[in-house]
Amino acid sequence: MTALPREILICTIARLLDGVRHVAVGASSPMPAAGAMLRRALDDGARPVRLSILGSVEHNFFTNGSAELFDSAGQGRLDAFFLGGGQIDGRANVNLVGVGDYPQAKVRWPGSFGSAYLYFTVPRVILFREEHSPRVLVDKVDFISAPGVSEPDVHRPGGPVALLTSKALFGFDRARAGFALESIHPGHDLDEIRAATGFAFDHAAAPATTPVPDAATLSLLRGRVLDELAETYPAFAAQWRGDLAAMTSEGATA
Amino acid sequence: MPDDLRALASRVRPGMSLALPVDYAGVSMAMTRPLIDHGAGDLHLTCVPTGGLQVDMLIGAGLVRRVETSAVSLGEAGGAPRFNQAVRDGSIQILDATCPAIHAGLMAAQKGVPFMPMRGLIGSDILANRPEWQVIDNPLASGDPIVLIPAIRPDVAIFHAPMADREGNVWIGRRRELAAMAYAATQTLVTVERIVDRSLLADELTAAGTLPALYVAAVALAPRGAWPYGLWGEYAADTAELMRYAAAARTAQGFADYMAQKVPA
Repeated sequence: MTALPREILICTIARLLDGVRHVAVGASSPMPAAGAMLRRALDDGARPVRLSILGSVEHNFFTNGSAELFDSAGQGRLDAFFLGGGQIDGRANVNLVGVGDYPQAKVRWPGSFGSAYLYFTVPRVILFREEHSPRVLVDKVDFISAPGVSEPDVHRPGGPVALLTSKALFGFDRARAGFALESIHPGHDLDEIRAATGFAFDHAAAPATTPVPDAATLSLLRGRVLDELAETYPAFAAQWRGDLAAMTSEGATA
Repeated sequence: MPDDLRALASRVRPGMSLALPVDYAGVSMAMTRPLIDHGAGDLHLTCVPTGGLQVDMLIGAGLVRRVETSAVSLGEAGGAPRFNQAVRDGSIQILDATCPAIHAGLMAAQKGVPFMPMRGLIGSDILANRPEWQVIDNPLASGDPIVLIPAIRPDVAIFHAPMADREGNVWIGRRRELAAMAYAATQTLVTVERIVDRSLLADELTAAGTLPALYVAAVALAPRGAWPYGLWGEYAADTAELMRYAAAARTAQGFADYMAQKVPA
């Protein structure tokens, strides 16, 4: 079976979530949600994986209002979370506010949401942004919604562990405050990654290729996980099913 | 007897601060046009903890001087056009926050204390632009910097809920941020889907999710009063309508045309 690019991303997310007890994803985040659902399916019977989808009534067990997610993170009960960002820089600073001089930004984005707290309190924050371009991955963000690293005296059990884009996976080294290229997704190469990345990063002379999922994982993904996902993200699931059908018919006529 | 929406809106005076809930918690969209018709401007909005359509409409109508928020967006329908334009123009003051800081400020007001400490924030440009948020050294264990968030005491909190009883008790279920807003605010105005004859406090199952009338200044009946937002346990959001607004409100004229339409019954 051939994996779609998005399936490789989802399986990579599930790998990054190995060992979590409780993961939260934002409201409009179908791929992180799929990755978390795959993690839960892979760990079925071994360990419970709790998943909170913010803004969802069905996939949300909180009973103390929107403050409870943050309180649970402060208590150390939230192991993993995803952050995007209009801009992400080489020190893993995240900008969710806008481009240009603050406050009258040229481009204004919605705002920082809970980033300035969850980036400090959640041990495994995964930066996920599909667009891998110099306008997103910048040398220095225009506004720090949440800093990638902190001074040693600042209470910070949490922070970034990885940056996943449509082209590559980077790991983040908190001591050095920098990214290292871990693997390149199939179909992309190092020159392309360099040209598309606005910050400097470490890399091996011949970087690894991001692993593609095995047949068992793919069938779990296209069965149980896709069904679960369709409840919360029907449009995304329908498009995915359509792409799978197209791939099958292309394979049949090739 | 429930008050009508105009009577509720008339309680808002120019220059007041208003607390408004996040899009999925119970936004009283039914109050938006009465507030605009009433016309009290120079408002300070506190989004609990983020804002959406209602905030964008109040800004578009020119009633807002300042917004404190962790984000303003229309969710799936994209950015909030009137908010974004007003920030670019500098016609509103923006106080960028992060969600738990708003919760912390309301919590301080709920407790009647001047501030609440909170983790995170240090090293962010959010903190750098909020001089009233102070960093102190933890007095119980030095060498541990921590941020103090001043109490947020809104003049008026406004939200929508499934039901109220004849005594003015309001059922908010597990949407506890609605209670947090009401505890912190001087007066709370609530619209509801229905008014029930039985006391919500008479049954322990409903009493647990009930905001007592102590915190509620006025209640008005507004069936489907969150539309085009949804209301938990009642109806889903009308995403097509949110998209229609998002497209229309890209320009000031488009916004004016949209607002001039008759409201669907």
